[in-house]
Amino acid sequence: MASLKPRISVEYGEKATIITFTDEKILEEREIVELQESLMGIVEQSEKINLILDFTNVKFLSSAVLGLLIRVSKKIYERDGQLRLCNISPRIYEIFKITRLTKIFDILPDRAAAASSFNTQQ
Amino acid sequence: MFVSRSFVVASSPSAVVDIFNQIQPGMQANNFSEEDIFAVHLSLEEAFINAVKHGNKMEPSKAVKIDYSIEPDKIEITMTDEGEGFDPEVIPDPRYGDNLYKPAGRGMLLMRSFMDVLEYNKKGNSLRMIRYREKRSPKLQQKASNSR
Repeated sequence: MASLKPRISVEYGEKATIITFTDEKILEEREIVELQESLMGIVEQSEKINLILDFTNVKFLSSAVLGLLIRVSKKIYERDGQLRLCNISPRIYEIFKITRLTKIFDILPDRAAAASSFNTQQ
Repeated sequence: MFVSRSFVVASSPSAVVDIFNQIQPGMQANNFSEEDIFAVHLSLEEAFINAVKHGNKMEPSKAVKIDYSIEPDKIEITMTDEGEGFDPEVIPDPRYGDNLYKPAGRGMLLMRSFMDVLEYNKKGNSLRMIRYREKRSPKLQQKASNSR
């Protein structure tokens, strides 16, 4: 397991790359820029990445993080990859519901559900 | 317990951390729920980032004034920047059409969803928001009174 700029940990699995956010709160602009650089770097490492973003540790985030997720998802889809989000707490899920981002992100209960949801026909 | 304070802080996005750290104990002392605290925290963050980025354009010479009061049944926050103001009516709804895929523009929607009152002054550089304390469910109230 690699650890990048203490904001995320990365696991390279058979079915997917799993990124876990290590911070409870993701707020500051500088943190978000760093986080985006880290995520984009991982996405650009491979074509057709199957990426799981694990929110287990995240207790609070702002709308700037939603923007980051949209930018990362666009990069993944441009490269024919797939993205799943998992382990999102009810309060954070409420933010996704209010903003209707549940329409554009695939949100699964946990890592196992996320990993088994990937379309292997790609 | 009634708490009321005013601050003037620099246009630095991280300044809001100290403000929330002062508000949180006041809310806890007045028995606001974790849901209430989460809602106020989120709205405070979004309002402050808007004030600093869009209002004061990140100019270090410009400040943000924050007034808050916490009463047993509500918290009220007023935030005023030194910018030119804006018309909140022209902000597009981020939930529909192409806006859904845009990375920005969700802060006001979240504030409106998590606060009970959200009002701008005429100029659009001052925001007043109120969250009323969640009432406990009758079951929880019964449980609390039994445990006393």
